[in-house]
Amino acid sequence: MTDFTRYLAGRVTAGGMSRREFMGRAMAAGMTLAAASHLFATSASAQEPRKGGHFKLGLEGGAATDSIDPAKATSQVMFMAVRTWGDTLVETHPETRAPIPSLAESWSPSPDATVWTFKIRKGVQFHDGKEMTTDDVVATLKRHSDSKTESGAAGVLKSIKNIENKGGDLVVTLDSGNADLPAIFTDYHLVIQPNGGIDNPTAGIGTGAYKVTTFEPGVRMTFEKNPNDWRSDRGFVQTVEVINMNDATARIAALSSGQVHFINRVDPKTVSLLKRAPNVELLTTSGGGHYVFIMHCDKAPFDNNDLRLALKYAIDREELVTRILGGYGKVGNDFPINDTYALFPEGIEQRKYDPDKAAFHYKKSGHSGSILLRTSEVAFPGAVDASVLFQQSAKKAGITLEIKREPGDGYWSNVWNVQPFSASYWGSRATQDQFYSGAYLSTADWNDTKFKNEKFDKLLIAARGELDEAKRKDMYREMAMMVRDEGGTILPMFNDFVNAATKKVKGYVSDIGNDMSNGYVATRVWLDA
Amino acid sequence: MSNSTETDSLPGQRFRERFPLLALVIERMLLSILLLFAVSVLIFGGVEALPGDFATTYLGQSATPQAVANIRSELGLDRPIVTRYFEWLGGAVQGDFGTSWASRNSVSEQVGKRLGNSLFLAGFAAVIAVPLAVGLGMLSVHFRNRMPDKIINVISLAAISLPEFFIGYLLILYFAVNFGVATFPATVYDGMDFLDRIKAIALPTATLVLVVLAHMMRMTRAAILSVMSSAYMETAELKGLSAWRAIARHAAPNALAPIINVVALNLAYLVVGVVVVEVVFVYPGMGQYMVDAVTVRDMPVVQACGLIFAAVYIFLNMLADILAIIANPRLRHPR
Repeated sequence: MTDFTRYLAGRVTAGGMSRREFMGRAMAAGMTLAAASHLFATSASAQEPRKGGHFKLGLEGGAATDSIDPAKATSQVMFMAVRTWGDTLVETHPETRAPIPSLAESWSPSPDATVWTFKIRKGVQFHDGKEMTTDDVVATLKRHSDSKTESGAAGVLKSIKNIENKGGDLVVTLDSGNADLPAIFTDYHLVIQPNGGIDNPTAGIGTGAYKVTTFEPGVRMTFEKNPNDWRSDRGFVQTVEVINMNDATARIAALSSGQVHFINRVDPKTVSLLKRAPNVELLTTSGGGHYVFIMHCDKAPFDNNDLRLALKYAIDREELVTRILGGYGKVGNDFPINDTYALFPEGIEQRKYDPDKAAFHYKKSGHSGSILLRTSEVAFPGAVDASVLFQQSAKKAGITLEIKREPGDGYWSNVWNVQPFSASYWGSRATQDQFYSGAYLSTADWNDTKFKNEKFDKLLIAARGELDEAKRKDMYREMAMMVRDEGGTILPMFNDFVNAATKKVKGYVSDIGNDMSNGYVATRVWLDA
Repeated sequence: MSNSTETDSLPGQRFRERFPLLALVIERMLLSILLLFAVSVLIFGGVEALPGDFATTYLGQSATPQAVANIRSELGLDRPIVTRYFEWLGGAVQGDFGTSWASRNSVSEQVGKRLGNSLFLAGFAAVIAVPLAVGLGMLSVHFRNRMPDKIINVISLAAISLPEFFIGYLLILYFAVNFGVATFPATVYDGMDFLDRIKAIALPTATLVLVVLAHMMRMTRAAILSVMSSAYMETAELKGLSAWRAIARHAAPNALAPIINVVALNLAYLVVGVVVVEVVFVYPGMGQYMVDAVTVRDMPVVQACGLIFAAVYIFLNMLADILAIIANPRLRHPR
């Protein structure tokens, strides 16, 4: 064993590394797959999860306006809370993001993927002691998908035609084929509630590892272990406390003084300082969230593809990842999908900063004069700095960007999706289909680049109903190329999720699904004595 | 009041002649109520005029036109603004601020809790800061232009010159992180016992005291000094009163009006202006509640907070004015 692999094994024992991460690094260091796999297993089993303890989290993203109704859960804190007290039908694998059973034991589609049958797990109790039934599941899905719903999941459930209980199985009929239905059911809004939560949406009663004990919106939330949890591989700590901390410095102070065990949203600018604290460990996970500059393809001068290409070549992606993300991210390739998605199209050539090519396309476009870019600190952290860096790199290609700093308040109503060229961000979605359907389909509400391409739309619909994964992957490749070469998105970087915890926290799983171990952090970790 | 004989028949005028002080006070109170109504119109109108809209802001990227339309119709945003204003005002007068659009909880209940927290912190800071500031002001008059005066001045000026969040961070760094003697974060919640609460708010209280100290202290010092230069103080000194006694018995009461005013201003600040301190210390007060609501355009909450802030401000100023009227002999006995 080399020193490096011994170091890696030590990290596994310390609970700081997932299997995927470990295998990747060990094999890169020259170990064979079998040897690495064996080493991981022995190091990981050296520690048994310890039960008990009070796990405290200091999180950004909660507000006094938060609601415990999962249909209205939008903030980071409520996302994590819902994952803590509730279960969805389907979960995603932390390393591959493939759908895996949760409250649904198994599922099967009809050959055209329009009718799906889900077997619902038996013997699962809600926190109030009632047994969960298929009727509860049906009621939940109906509440989120009927025409009067205010649910955040309404968009992804739009294509559902009928939901019914057929002999104890859940049968969902769609108006067109969708191979991704199980992945859609991993959406955190869709936790199963007694009678769908229709009687009391804010009861906070589910089937999750923890029961809600107190909830003060924007202040604090506490949980205690659900003694009747149907799963034994989670829920190790006895009680959980979430404190809303919207100030980045306050979170870091609370973590480094040991008052909380876990914080989210570590500012990349202060990461290097936090790393020096002896008791703190950084937990980073790559994700599908990304920062963008969006151009409206239907408005001058951005209706000219050469101008769009010129701007895509005129941005220095490596520099932005280093300077804006502090290195905690990956360069983007002008399409919104990266390797955290299933069926990611590999091997597409990486677009690089190239002032010559930018100048060439700029000349070809025939545009002259400056181009107005609207930006704001709320577009994404560091958006104003990123815009200035973009201005500098574009200048070398002979393109003049004029930067207008917009007020953060009202940015999402007045600038984003309204003005032709602005800074913005996107969070990750469960599947490629969901992302493209939400932001690149001609008719999508949030098609913020006004990208309208008939061929793309057809491919998207065809791929959605395609159950053959190889064929589907090829389709997604073709779509990615279209967005990359003709779309209005300049996508310089994907941001990592940067969390931090004290060294007492063990068993953290770097889940590529979403931030904070896909929201499951409290149910997955344990506290060392 | 040269025409007082002509208007003798008016009952208001007669009342004014017989109880000049009471009339002044009542007049001041009525003015405050009028002002509060004017402010309520401004708040309602201003909040309505804010750009952006609740439904789209709240749902963010997960909004669909269907969901947005559902929320709008449920909240009745299509009704005329004047109707909604009077409905809101009618409720507010009875202490009912409606329901939060975002969480669907009663605003009054939430505001009650948050206002309680804010007043607890502000009250605690005031109990320490006001006597300290006035005492230090008198002390620095006593030792004016000598070493203690200079030290008090330099320290309090330094404290007021640092931004409040910076003072907060310094206190957190030293007392919570480095020495680990203070509690951080300062989150208080239902069912927390009194001693724990006091411990939790120790650092934010210290921050607030440092922020408001200099202003009140220097005003006390200046007001007393200006009285000190008057003739009767010279008399007091000549008749052999000790300096300390002269300050406490003769100078301080006459310097009261400006001191009361600056104290009231600072008390108002402690209640309505401490959002930055709340954020830094993770303290669940009114300021943070309002900021959360503004970001998602939760209008009932914004309006309720705005109105309460205005009421606190107007009330404290009114109180200061009334006290100043009572303390000022010239206003008490108008010629």
